[in-house]
Amino acid sequence: MYNPQLNAQGELIHLLTTEGLPRRILTQILDKAAEFVSGGELVNQKFADLAGTSVFNLFFENSTRTRTTFEIAAKRLSADVSSLNIQASSTAKGETLLDTIHNIEAMGANLFVVRHSDSGASHLIAKHVKPGVAVVNAGDGRHAHPTQAMLDMFTIRHFKGDFTNLRIAIVGDVLHSRVARSQIHALSTLGCPDIRVIAPKTLLPTGIEQLGVHVYHDMESGLKDVDVVAMLRLQNERMAGAYLPSTQEFYKVYGLTPEKLAFAKPDAIVLHPGPMNRGVEIDSAVADGDQAVILPQVTFGIAVRMAVLSIVAANQRSLL
Amino acid sequence: MKNILIKNGCLVDPIAGTEQVADLYLAGGKIAAVGAAPVGFTVDETIDATGLIVAPGLVDLAARLREPGFEYKATLKSEMAAAAAGGVTSVVCPPDTDPVLDESGLVTNLRQRAKNLDLARLYPVGALTVGLKGKEITEMAMLKEAGCVAFSQGDVPIADLQVLYRAMLYAANFGFELRLRPEEASLVNDGVAHDGPYASRLGLTGIPVIAETIAVAQIVQLMRATGCRVHLARMSSAAGLDLVRAAKAEGLPLTCDVSINHIHLADIDIGFFDSQYRFDPPLRAVADRDAIVKALNDGTIDAICSDHSPVDDDGKLLPFAQAERGATGLELLLPLTLKWASSQHISLPQALAKISSVPAKMLGFDAGLAVGNRADLVLFDAKAHWQVIPERLKSQGKNTPFIGHEMLGKVKYTVVKGKVIFG
Repeated sequence: MYNPQLNAQGELIHLLTTEGLPRRILTQILDKAAEFVSGGELVNQKFADLAGTSVFNLFFENSTRTRTTFEIAAKRLSADVSSLNIQASSTAKGETLLDTIHNIEAMGANLFVVRHSDSGASHLIAKHVKPGVAVVNAGDGRHAHPTQAMLDMFTIRHFKGDFTNLRIAIVGDVLHSRVARSQIHALSTLGCPDIRVIAPKTLLPTGIEQLGVHVYHDMESGLKDVDVVAMLRLQNERMAGAYLPSTQEFYKVYGLTPEKLAFAKPDAIVLHPGPMNRGVEIDSAVADGDQAVILPQVTFGIAVRMAVLSIVAANQRSLL
Repeated sequence: MKNILIKNGCLVDPIAGTEQVADLYLAGGKIAAVGAAPVGFTVDETIDATGLIVAPGLVDLAARLREPGFEYKATLKSEMAAAAAGGVTSVVCPPDTDPVLDESGLVTNLRQRAKNLDLARLYPVGALTVGLKGKEITEMAMLKEAGCVAFSQGDVPIADLQVLYRAMLYAANFGFELRLRPEEASLVNDGVAHDGPYASRLGLTGIPVIAETIAVAQIVQLMRATGCRVHLARMSSAAGLDLVRAAKAEGLPLTCDVSINHIHLADIDIGFFDSQYRFDPPLRAVADRDAIVKALNDGTIDAICSDHSPVDDDGKLLPFAQAERGATGLELLLPLTLKWASSQHISLPQALAKISSVPAKMLGFDAGLAVGNRADLVLFDAKAHWQVIPERLKSQGKNTPFIGHEMLGKVKYTVVKGKVIFG
């Protein structure tokens, strides 16, 4: 099937989703990221991979953490970086998404990092940018957050070595989570044999099992003997609707406490994409405990984003 | 008015269920004779229909013409020309214009402007509630007198069942028909695609099938209580069609249609967020599409409509959830109906019935080739292939998921009231 992220040679020219990417490319991203990490820390030097490249961070939706890590990643690769908070500007004045893109393209952009509240926005942009311009999806609606998923893969590989014998549980608001979808696709491709999602029925997308996951509605059976627990952030606005009765009830049933974590393997690691809601989806004792790898995730996030930017920029350059 | 001889065509009569090569004589805007010329008939114009199908003109139950109010998308003139090119001789338009067709003066005005164009016949559907706001019912009797053939909410569901109940009681009082699109708005919420694994995969907010089934169930209950005649517009799901089937078996005065798009497409066709596939109701699962085809074959679905909705490029070049819904369809009604018929081995008279005689009956006239019937005809080459190229469409709306597709069946002539309006 045609994949808009790949060129005719099958190389990555945009990163829009982890879905449909061959294992070779996922591994290439992880291996490239490993070049930027030494002893669990970022290599403290600047690289020239993006020298002369103009990277525009276009955040149509609020984000501090992701935008900052992309900025750092691009700067460490010697790119010229501009970050625009589009919410408050052009589109608010009625400009269409593609008009905004074409205008910034005319300013000499080579690479767009895009966050948007609508699923598929990055696909639309990638379809309409000029040849040689790369698009990296930094989160679109509920659809995909591929760099977050890849930093999770990096973290899992760092601590667990291999994917092919792991049991992994993704816990929480899967319905609204672009992270979960991207994790599921990446884990499947990397050979994880048992991917589980644990959530109440109100927070699970219809037919999610068709993505190749096992569905659980309770923590005890869902977490049993897992190697990795990937927690999802629960947005507070979800509490007000009919999705959940209350924060307290969610915490009681699905919050990751030391007691619930004990169902997992003793050496299981705990991931969280941040920002965390302590006492809602995760207990402080777990968040700050030995099994949590939440801070290494942040560090690895920069390395993975450096890898992705470097790879797509190089492959786009080779097209010109 | 000219006397026309249509010579040597294959006459397909969906009412009689016949196909025969014969001459057809038109006089005074009506069919004057089949086979031999009537006594004293003088031919003013001859159309050589050798190799062509000659059939009653198509009757499209749902085509948005965008005028008044949305002339930047399309005009009455452009879309009536598209109808002519598509072999559509009777166009039923929903009331969702701006202003909404909720006053008899607006209806009279629209009909007059359509009449001045001298192309297809226009059948407006009046608004069921003032401004389509779902609060007060319209002056249905006066709208009927002005030429409305039925009453509908367009795509705006009535939130208050009490209003719908009263509207149905009132319509039943006069024997008027309501055209309702079965959709429970609170279950649609902010949904943009069929609630199934594909929408889940793409992260698109889903519209569950129960949004349709609950609405159908409510409408059926209200029909039992009020005796109102109802036509359900654009069915989309297997479960919804099961309810229709049961209601029809019970003998309720219920009919329904489906759009040409839903016969051929499913949610998985959305691919990578292709906004050409954004429809209302959404394209549902493959199993639903198969159930639609089955329901067409067994007669549960009475008619096929184009659901013509001209959308400009700006309306489509947006992320899927923001993109405007709908597609151009008047010029695709015939070939996409023929495509269904061909794949299902449905005879030509049976297939054409879905887009001519059956919807015509709903409008109160006979679309057959019997002497005395309207001389509203379509002449087409059933074997001609053509490709859907946007620039070549007469409709101002160039967007459709079928761009680039090969169609079978090309309209050569369209005749309305005994006058050639296309060809």
